[in-house]
Amino acid sequence: MRGFGKWAIWVYASMAFVFLLIPIVYTIVFSFNDARRTNILWRGFTFDNWLNVCDAQTVCQAFGNSILIGVVATVLATTLGTMIAIALVRYRFRFRNTTTLLIFLPMTTPEVVLGAGLAAQFLQVGVPKGLGTIIIAHTLFCLSFVVVTVRARVASIDPALEEAGRDLYGNPRQVFWRITFPMLLPGIVAAALLSFALSFDDFIITNFNRGAEVTFPSFVYTAAARGIPPEANVIASGVFFLAIALVLIAQLSAAARRRKLAATT
Amino acid sequence: MAFTAFSAQTSAAEPAAKRRSPIALFLLLPGILYLILFFVTPLISLVITSFQEPDPVRFGSFVNAFRWENYVIVLETYGEQSLRSAGFAALATLFALLIGFPLGYFIGITLRPYPLLQGLALVLVIAPFFISFLLRTLAWKQIFSDEGPIAGVLGALAILPPGQAITGTAFSVIFGLTYNFVPFMTLPIYATLASLDLRLLEAGNDLYGSPAVTFRTVTLPLSAAGVMSGTLLTFIPAAGDYINASREFLGSTDTTMIGNVIETNFLVLQNFPAAAALSLVLMAAILILVSLYVRRSGTEELL
Repeated sequence: MRGFGKWAIWVYASMAFVFLLIPIVYTIVFSFNDARRTNILWRGFTFDNWLNVCDAQTVCQAFGNSILIGVVATVLATTLGTMIAIALVRYRFRFRNTTTLLIFLPMTTPEVVLGAGLAAQFLQVGVPKGLGTIIIAHTLFCLSFVVVTVRARVASIDPALEEAGRDLYGNPRQVFWRITFPMLLPGIVAAALLSFALSFDDFIITNFNRGAEVTFPSFVYTAAARGIPPEANVIASGVFFLAIALVLIAQLSAAARRRKLAATT
Repeated sequence: MAFTAFSAQTSAAEPAAKRRSPIALFLLLPGILYLILFFVTPLISLVITSFQEPDPVRFGSFVNAFRWENYVIVLETYGEQSLRSAGFAALATLFALLIGFPLGYFIGITLRPYPLLQGLALVLVIAPFFISFLLRTLAWKQIFSDEGPIAGVLGALAILPPGQAITGTAFSVIFGLTYNFVPFMTLPIYATLASLDLRLLEAGNDLYGSPAVTFRTVTLPLSAAGVMSGTLLTFIPAAGDYINASREFLGSTDTTMIGNVIETNFLVLQNFPAAAALSLVLMAAILILVSLYVRRSGTEELL
């Protein structure tokens, strides 16, 4: 019975992994399709799409917009969110529960509601939609995720280390930049990566606030009715390979560090 | 390693170290102002918009009013779509749990003796995040299309009646929602199971508990927190999603969900009051469900 259970979970998990990977493999395979117009049927293998990505100008432009929006929104959300996370863990203040609620509410609000709310506000105030409004929207939904991610990291830092810094006559700025910040850095990096990923792939909130601007997901959405050019698959696959490479490098270096640590102790 | 783990525990259980300081205000103010400006006031805008009535002079624009009938009208008009959203999201959450729990168990417990394999398995679970959500959904559409392999096989086996498409049905929309949210279910479950002390399972075994009894009395209660955050992370976005159910993706006019209705009313019909009223109904429904759920499960610390 135990043996069978062990065997069954390997099979079940493998099937789940295949399920997760099918559309990814499909997207990557069709980035090599000699598709000409519509990329639905397989017409033969080619490298052309990869070599001339920017022949489909609108795809490239949309990709550039997405990168720009992702970087700006990530910087803003990570800065604001890290500050809040430190305050939540380290200080006592009034309206603490209200503050926590205010931070978590955006995460339990469906994206359509966030998007429609911002759009309704921009409409009432008379702000024209464009890159600026997209960045405002993205910073908003990334902010809460940054707070949650960084807060866990702040909570794991021993306050005694900062006290030691103060005892050694470090001024608050030195204590922060020499002790707190370096220890927070892994959390901040993780939060920034998460923000960028969320921003880069967001469609729903963007669609309500983009006006005439085109991001990579909104390009795909509009093109879906007519057929996606294979260049879109190239960009998505390229981003995928880059991200997987980064994650694998992080995993392997963590494994190497574990081994080194085990060897020294 | 042991030292850092220990200090993490003490600092987490030591709120006494917290101080009052003006620095707190400096740290909080920018972010909180941002949330007030771009989260709270938009919600107020939605409330105001939801009560507006059509401008009697200028066609297509709206003036502030207190037309609460807007809510009655949208609920009457879109009651079917609202119920469908709740049903689709609930089914997708259930299926995601049926896939995500064993997967989280496999990575967190079965693979624990092999750290490198465990890391790779985690990468596979988060891999879908790195490739465009819309392109993944379109890939399923093409796999399920009439010319695709699945329809061919099912048609040949006479399981699929001729003329019946797979895309555009409730099945394909729920399938798509399940697919899109499985990682959100798996990761929190994995996280709680990864910190489960294996000696507890051994103890259950030593006390003559069958694997099923040990699972029910030890593993399941200890993974409740992960299951809870997983269901919330799946249900909330699934209930508001409008990609899977839209006609260009896996849905049809028979599978319209509340997200589609909000989008169409806001961006296409420009019927802003209806879109605003529906958004608020959706938000209120989700908040009520979430608070009931959180209270029932008794883990309020989660939020």
